Amino acid sequence: MTWKTCTYSGWGRALTATGDIARPERASVLAKLPAAPAIGNKRSYGDAPLNNNGRVIDMTRLDRVLDFDAATGVVTVESGLTIGELARLFAPKGWLPPVMPGTGFATIGGCIAMDVHGKNHHHIGSFGQHVTAITLLQNGKQRRITPKDDTLWRATIGGLGQTGVIVNTSIQMLACKGDVMMVTERRVDGWDEHIVQLDASQASYTVGWIDATARGDALGRGILEEGETGAGLVPKPNPSKSVPFNAPHFALSKPIVRAFNAAYFRRVPSDGRTVVKPIQDFFFPLDRIHDWNKLYGKRGFHQFQCVVPLDQADALRAMLEKIANSGLASPLAVLKRMGEGRAGYLSFPMEGYTLAVDFPNRAAACELIGELEDMTTSAGGRLYLAKDALATPEQMAAMYPELPAWQKAVTKADPTGALATDMTRRLNLRNT
Amino acid sequence: MSDTWIILGATSAIARAFMRDRAETGATLILCGRDMDDMKASAADLHARGAADVHVMALDVRNAKTFTPILDLAANQHGMLNAAVFTGSMPDQAVIDADPSLIDGVIMDSFTGPAQFLQRLAPMMEVRGGGAVVGVGSVAGDRGRLGNYVYGAAKAGFATYMSGLRNRLGRSGVHVMTVKPGPVDTAMTWGLDSMPFMTTPDAAAHDISKGLRKGRNVIYTAGIWRLVMLVIRNVPEPIFKKLSI
Repeated sequence: MTWKTCTYSGWGRALTATGDIARPERASVLAKLPAAPAIGNKRSYGDAPLNNNGRVIDMTRLDRVLDFDAATGVVTVESGLTIGELARLFAPKGWLPPVMPGTGFATIGGCIAMDVHGKNHHHIGSFGQHVTAITLLQNGKQRRITPKDDTLWRATIGGLGQTGVIVNTSIQMLACKGDVMMVTERRVDGWDEHIVQLDASQASYTVGWIDATARGDALGRGILEEGETGAGLVPKPNPSKSVPFNAPHFALSKPIVRAFNAAYFRRVPSDGRTVVKPIQDFFFPLDRIHDWNKLYGKRGFHQFQCVVPLDQADALRAMLEKIANSGLASPLAVLKRMGEGRAGYLSFPMEGYTLAVDFPNRAAACELIGELEDMTTSAGGRLYLAKDALATPEQMAAMYPELPAWQKAVTKADPTGALATDMTRRLNLRNT
Repeated sequence: MSDTWIILGATSAIARAFMRDRAETGATLILCGRDMDDMKASAADLHARGAADVHVMALDVRNAKTFTPILDLAANQHGMLNAAVFTGSMPDQAVIDADPSLIDGVIMDSFTGPAQFLQRLAPMMEVRGGGAVVGVGSVAGDRGRLGNYVYGAAKAGFATYMSGLRNRLGRSGVHVMTVKPGPVDTAMTWGLDSMPFMTTPDAAAHDISKGLRKGRNVIYTAGIWRLVMLVIRNVPEPIFKKLSI
């Protein structure tokens, strides 16, 4: 059968939708489907991949490499291929996806629709800046677009899939030495040092893990990780493990998170260390535990991720202070410095600092996230739509000044609104 | 010199996963099926994954004339020849009840079509004295059931054919393996009522590769189906005929 009725959710599992899903295995089957929003592995946290009481097209079975030019490193792939698989296939040949988000399970279509960034954003920008062509399916017709299609291009990259179903994509891969990472990890004792270290880092890949439960002088303490690709032989990554059932609510309670974070911090010797890892372990550390989102229990969780301009680091510090004092944070918090690079009207990046923190889905956490969102707006920052589940339409206009240009291009590309999702409706992004 | 794998029904999801596995071993692949555009996309994918060479051939298992170019191409390959059969069709039993003439097609897709192909390929494999034949049947072939006994009958016929082919080709050093999948999460089962012990195409392909490595004769995927079908096959007919499972 073509359609299967399912109840499904994004990665955060806090919001769900019920509706019909098609999962074509061949392009000829996709071409015959009525227009509907496309989804991938649903690794966005909120409602970006949801269409309650409507239809969606699951693209994960359209996952082939269609062309590869070994001389230039340009690869063309179907949009259901995961970024982790792309890395696995081409790293041994000396080519890496130019930008990799925190999970290898994100599909290439999703990476475009969210214009994802990685640990090297300060050097080479966002994913969309390395895409050279996209084939869109618009009302049953295929259309190949390039950066020359100015407005449609910029509305498509980071455009939440609203300009058409992304069928396949050409990407300029990044030359690398091999599929091994040399990773230098060092402890950072507090906020100011964290910012200084991030500013000073010269490495190709840089990320800071933050202990979001540490307060007082220890506020902002964490581990700075810097990575470079290399060639060599390391043991293959261990097979991934799964979380077989929803964890009880106390699994991520305050004392457990505090103890975990303290142990995680001390894992790295006080004078730092350099280790060699398979690339997957550096880029996608959490993928080794399948379904780790179940650790938050059946109520799910939210991730708050914002970026603020460079001169607003103090505002970000105030946010972290609020988070630390709330005692609501979970082990996974990340601080990064971003560059300017962005490729679409609704792309998240801006030059500044980005903070990402997970919270169990509870009333107190939702209230805290609301305050953090307001602080983000006041600081001239913005929220990441790949993570968001709680923002309001009013906040969007201030955070995304190019929203009207996006709306104009999207209205032209999808006049009937057939590609609208729960997220575009919640945030009134399409201004209907 | 690389092994050559002839894949009948190359657009099926299990075939795609199995071909990827073969490509990573550096095999030459001959993709046979009806959707040429889809097979061309798969061919590019398999090249990127390490296949030595990939050919795309039109195949209609209901038309033996389409076998000839494929067999000619196979004859020109050096090294060991191998074949894997993934063809089959499963119309709803109610649709067959309304038009019993559909039975011919079901039998051809799952049984007589691939059997005619393998029958022509067999002498070539005997001469080369090695290689493997993988035939994908179904747990539905282990016992006729209310829900899909025409499909089941076709798969049962194919399983019996495979057993005979094993008896014949085993003498020449050819490994013939029958694969009996339970429900697999593919387009064929998408949207049907939930089924027990469902496996994925990747897991099924992994089981097939493992079976080849170990020289198994008959495998079930997921493996639990060997036990389930042992029980189902042994329910006495007077009781079984009253069940609707």
